[in-house]
Amino acid sequence: MTADTRRYLGFREAVGLIAGREIADQLRDWRILTPIAILTLFFPLLMNFTANKATSFVAQYGANVVADRLIPFLLMVVGFFPISISLVIALESFAGERERLSLEPLLATPLTDGQLYLGKMLASLLVPLMAAYLGIGVYLLGLALTVHWSAPPSLLAQVLMLTTMQALVMVSGAVVISSQTTSVRAANLLASFVIVPMSQLIIGESLIMFWAQYAVLWWIVFGLFIVAIILGRMGMHLFNREELLGREIDVLDIRWVWHHFKSAFIGRAVGLGSWYAGVLKVSVPRLWPSMLFMLVAMLGGYWLGIRMAGQYQIPPDLLQADSIKVDLLNQMRNFGLMSGRGWWLVLANNLRAIGVASLAGIFTFGILGVILLMVPVGLIGFFFGNLSLAGFDAFRYVVALVVPHGVLEIPAAILAGAAILHLGMSLVSPPSGESLGESWLSALAEWCRVCLGVVVPLLAAAAAIEVFVTPLVAALLLGGG
Amino acid sequence: MGALIEASGLTKQFDELTAVEDVTLRVDQGQILALLGPNGAGKTTTIRMLASILPPTRGTAQIAGYDVLTQAHRVRQSVGLLTEHHGLYTRMRPLAYLGFFGRTYGLPRADAEARAGDLLERFGLQEDSHRRLGHFSRGMRQKLALARAMLHDPPVLLLDEPTSAMDPASARMVRQSIQALRTSHRAIIVCTHNLAEAEALADRIAIIRKGRIVVLGSPQDLKQELLGDPIMELRLSSPLDGAVRALPRGIEPLECGDTWLRYRTSNPEKANPRVLEAMSRAGLSVVTLSDVGRSLEEVYLRVVSDLQPGEEVRR
Repeated sequence: MTADTRRYLGFREAVGLIAGREIADQLRDWRILTPIAILTLFFPLLMNFTANKATSFVAQYGANVVADRLIPFLLMVVGFFPISISLVIALESFAGERERLSLEPLLATPLTDGQLYLGKMLASLLVPLMAAYLGIGVYLLGLALTVHWSAPPSLLAQVLMLTTMQALVMVSGAVVISSQTTSVRAANLLASFVIVPMSQLIIGESLIMFWAQYAVLWWIVFGLFIVAIILGRMGMHLFNREELLGREIDVLDIRWVWHHFKSAFIGRAVGLGSWYAGVLKVSVPRLWPSMLFMLVAMLGGYWLGIRMAGQYQIPPDLLQADSIKVDLLNQMRNFGLMSGRGWWLVLANNLRAIGVASLAGIFTFGILGVILLMVPVGLIGFFFGNLSLAGFDAFRYVVALVVPHGVLEIPAAILAGAAILHLGMSLVSPPSGESLGESWLSALAEWCRVCLGVVVPLLAAAAAIEVFVTPLVAALLLGGG
Repeated sequence: MGALIEASGLTKQFDELTAVEDVTLRVDQGQILALLGPNGAGKTTTIRMLASILPPTRGTAQIAGYDVLTQAHRVRQSVGLLTEHHGLYTRMRPLAYLGFFGRTYGLPRADAEARAGDLLERFGLQEDSHRRLGHFSRGMRQKLALARAMLHDPPVLLLDEPTSAMDPASARMVRQSIQALRTSHRAIIVCTHNLAEAEALADRIAIIRKGRIVVLGSPQDLKQELLGDPIMELRLSSPLDGAVRALPRGIEPLECGDTWLRYRTSNPEKANPRVLEAMSRAGLSVVTLSDVGRSLEEVYLRVVSDLQPGEEVRR
């Protein structure tokens, strides 16, 4: 009977089937329904009450602007609280099923990895998101009835998009975590990788809303969309049936970690010479695509700096570029340059910058690391842009103040940025046959090889030039004494 | 008969642990193979590889003609898997649960529901179809999980402990269902700790230990090979006095009691009439002459306890 009518499910049909079952399951669970009902119906009314009281209070003191900013801010808050539940549901999606031993029958079906993954994602997303929209509706209805306030369509669109993207990012991140852990407890422990960045984002969004720079919210929406795509891609790439059933990946095996890192760091080297040759012939060439990306990013940073100079021009009298000419070398000596201590200060500062960028890159797929390394270049662009606008010969200043040590420092920064990007992206697309941990440890070893072998020596040499040579060149070109 | 399950050199390695090593087996249409072995021997990993849930590290396997590695999607469509743990969605009701899984296997909704109804009836769960699965007993859950495996009428059934946690009546019903599923177009592998069940169900038995199949053959062949020639027991109405001396040449007693003795023979058809004739000649009246049944358990325990790693596989 069945053999004649059986067919493969279409992609959307299968995703819908998985999501539908899970959503029906959620709607039978009072532990999910109760907080959603409270956050959807009671919480918006509470916010409504708060908005009313705050509006009346600040109106007494003529500070209506506070109320004007508070009402949209609460709109965002009302949307965010219900979607926070999506994090809980998503964290439970795979780890919970694995814990309840119901995952294997599902993995044995002909559903593809993509169908299973997206079905789970959709299931985690839909109910909290609908609750958030409902909550926003209740809040807006309350405001319309009590203070006759209605949200401008653009603000409403922003908040709805922001809420949707935040939910998407949280769910994408949480599903990745859930598919990589063997228990709900482990997934909850790892949830800080989602909660911490999201809480920082909410703080930032709050500041933006009180600052009323609503246009910035569109950039945040765009950024969240990109992050959601990266996380989704990462999750799909990492998802496989073997990882879910075959391995115990919650236990930290220090010995294995060290062994894997050491073998990736040393490679096939038998001595320092062959190790160095490996760094130059294997590790650095491997980073070419990332280096190219870094180069473009830095040029972009420089261009952005120049653009900002046009927008935020420093008054020419504040620049005082001419004063550089007066006893320049003495000024630099007084500043601590042109000495061994100065060399160490410059080097330590650059190493610190690379360290901070690397740390930031680890948690942001390399993106924040790249942005942090773009900042100094952007500042240089901003500074020289202002010099140019003030009528100075900016090119001469670039040659005098940047080029001597920049020829080593900028390549070092590009290489370091490329290694950071490689480290961050190792989480997104581990090589076939490698687990997430293996891929990340290999990339960390690569980062160490490149930094120790090339970046640090280049920065040390650049710092020496910056301290001992650049001032002489600057004095020569800029006419200091 | 063509093979529906065929594995060659199947190996699975998890980091430094070799869970399954060089497993080669074949199950033809209409056959049942029982996979026996102690806990952790590699039975479940073998089943998971055959069901295309885990990719093998080395070796190949074909299920209904599809390769487990390159045609995983088709393999999963062709396999009904009863997992070691039933893993039901406890907030669902049986019909909805089976309907959901039927849909994942591509059955149209109406067919899935009709088939689910049939299976619930076959396993005696029809009366409980209004209850949520969380309220089912372990045995009922196991039966439902078995129904889930049979739902899409697959040509290959991989059943991991199908009667565990069942009362004797339910276990018997399930065994009968498995027997009924033995059709000319289906092959079945049953993993079990229940040796009597394996003996009752299986055409062939594979004993797996430390990831390797150490013996593979029919229950009779395995007994013959591992336990030696059949043992016969002769019971007399009177004490044995003189009976041992009266045994024909070539028949040596293995054990003796007051009124009975046992002997081993490779050819009972020839030896037994000679023994009866000799007893008659000696004036001894025989009460019974029967084969001493030797259980598969003896075979299993011998294999599991005797063999050392690296010993030759006997087929």
